[in-house]
Amino acid sequence: MPLRRWWDRAQPVTGAPHVRGLGVGTEDWLQVARDVAAAGGVLHALWMSCAAMGDHAVQERIVYGAYLTDTGVLIVELTLPAAATQTYPGLEGIFPAAARMQRAAHDLSGIRSSDPDARPWLNHDRPYEFVRVDGEGVHEIAVGPVHAGTIEPGHFRFSVVGEKVLKLEERLGYTHKGLEQRFTALPILQGHRLAARVSGDSAVAYSWAYCQALEGMSGRAIPPRAAWLRAVCLELERLANHLGDLGALGNDVGFAFGLTQFSRLKEDLLRAMAAVFGERYLFDIIVPGGVAIDVSAAAAGALADVVRAVCTETEELRDIYDEHEGVRDRFTGAGRLEPERAARLGVIGLVGRASGQARDVRVDLPDAPYTELPVAMVVEHDGDVASRVAVRFGEVRESGRLLTSLLSALPDGMHAVEVGVPADGAFGVGLIEGWRGPVLVALQAGPSGSIRRCHPHDPSWQNWPALEYAIMGNIVPDFPLINKSFNLSYSGVDL
Amino acid sequence: MLKTLRKIASIGLISEPAPAPDELLRVRRAADATIAAVLGRALCIRHVDAGSCNGCELEIQALGNPYYNLEGHNIRFVASPRHADLLLVTGPVVKNMELALQRTYAATPDPKRVVAVGDCGCTGGILGECPASLGRVANVIPVDVAVPGCPPSPVRILQAILTAIQA
Repeated sequence: MPLRRWWDRAQPVTGAPHVRGLGVGTEDWLQVARDVAAAGGVLHALWMSCAAMGDHAVQERIVYGAYLTDTGVLIVELTLPAAATQTYPGLEGIFPAAARMQRAAHDLSGIRSSDPDARPWLNHDRPYEFVRVDGEGVHEIAVGPVHAGTIEPGHFRFSVVGEKVLKLEERLGYTHKGLEQRFTALPILQGHRLAARVSGDSAVAYSWAYCQALEGMSGRAIPPRAAWLRAVCLELERLANHLGDLGALGNDVGFAFGLTQFSRLKEDLLRAMAAVFGERYLFDIIVPGGVAIDVSAAAAGALADVVRAVCTETEELRDIYDEHEGVRDRFTGAGRLEPERAARLGVIGLVGRASGQARDVRVDLPDAPYTELPVAMVVEHDGDVASRVAVRFGEVRESGRLLTSLLSALPDGMHAVEVGVPADGAFGVGLIEGWRGPVLVALQAGPSGSIRRCHPHDPSWQNWPALEYAIMGNIVPDFPLINKSFNLSYSGVDL
Repeated sequence: MLKTLRKIASIGLISEPAPAPDELLRVRRAADATIAAVLGRALCIRHVDAGSCNGCELEIQALGNPYYNLEGHNIRFVASPRHADLLLVTGPVVKNMELALQRTYAATPDPKRVVAVGDCGCTGGILGECPASLGRVANVIPVDVAVPGCPPSPVRILQAILTAIQA
């Protein structure tokens, strides 16, 4: 059955535009996945109704899948019978990214998919076997969870011959902190604060996605001024993260000048953001109903001046990067993820766009203000470090352009409105294109203003497994560079 | 090359002076008051993320930018706890990182100091304590200085570090 037929049968879901939900039985669960794949869609998220390990309070056990398709987001619900031994059909054969999501869901719910790889993911109490590579001269290098730089914890197991990497296996889950369980202890009107801390570098994207879901469930549209200010925040977040990455990538190829200059520009931007919003990383600026702080015309003008200056200097630095033979040599061809492989793995976001996967929620499924302010998507096709650098440079330029437009024409009116408590059982989905890629929040209300279930989903779920392919055949000393060019979130997937 | 040199020359020196230590951030005074005598003003830091959201990491990274110029203050981050004098710990300590944090602490030679960074490191923060998380850093290893904030600014983190190495 073509995807269109499932889509037509599905019911509208509140929150982000173009989201529909469909309840299916076990027999259709796989068929929908196959039809989504045939239509060129990708699995974005998979989660279960249980929020925490040993959470037996939840009687009803539902597996959720969220697909990004050309027509919109399709949420598929599979309700399982109460029998404890029940398994459900795994999607890993159709969407490889499903494997880790299913293992994580099993650790939380005790319900297994049909995938024969039954190793734990979030639960580190159980023994774990890495895949061994045999052969003459093969040895293993184990790295982490505590790393050599100021980064998040995770374990990498390299199987190498000499300097050449034959295989990388990632072991994550070290920062698992029971975040989804914590959501259920918060009032639904306060959940945006925790959402902002799913992955701190994407605070705006997550808190906006959370609020988008909540506002949809409450039936409260935000005023245009609030939407525009949210977009200002989102593009500032994108700009700040890209500047940081561009500097770190220069540093990883021995060009310390790049780190010095880009970290200076990032600091200039963060200070300008703090001057306007009182927050360097815009934590808790996106609130239910709008934004916490209004921006005066003078402040908007001052912020636009800094953005322009930062973007102008970035263009100068881009020339320097492009003309530097050493930098070009290390970037080009390193950590290549071919477009065909990226498509097969369902890679999304920035990393996907550097491998020819032209998806961007701001373009494909836009919500205000992007409906009125078209975004030029930046796509590259070589899939190497140089392409991921080029996408970042391109997006700095585009975010700079968007910010100039947004800040020069903020609509009049209120910057926030009151949002009421949604009805018990109400369900909503938020979807926002963060700097790393699409961030999804699925939210379900409980009785009297509580949260029954909240699942935040990071694009890093899809892209971590792709890193294992991108490193193959490269040398160990290039791993930090290739890893940084992906710059994936640990906290965002460990939850 | 000419463009690079011109850029360096046109920006000039932009580093700001170090802030004063802040005794209000001190949690406990270590029994060995020798650290200042042993280290002078040269300090090596090992950062450990024990389960943070990565917000505090952004501000710790910012300490290296030319405005805060950490290395200009004789402070640097090192790749191994065995080279470190001070551990900078972020996040609530989650169960899956408890052992790694304890081992990192044990591998750090004496005299050593621990600075807990951020609301989560100080109190458990918005994440609190739950079956997956043990809460504040002091629940797992001894903490000398704790700097609140979500995340604390680079200046506050630098103040905390300077407080920790003051006798």
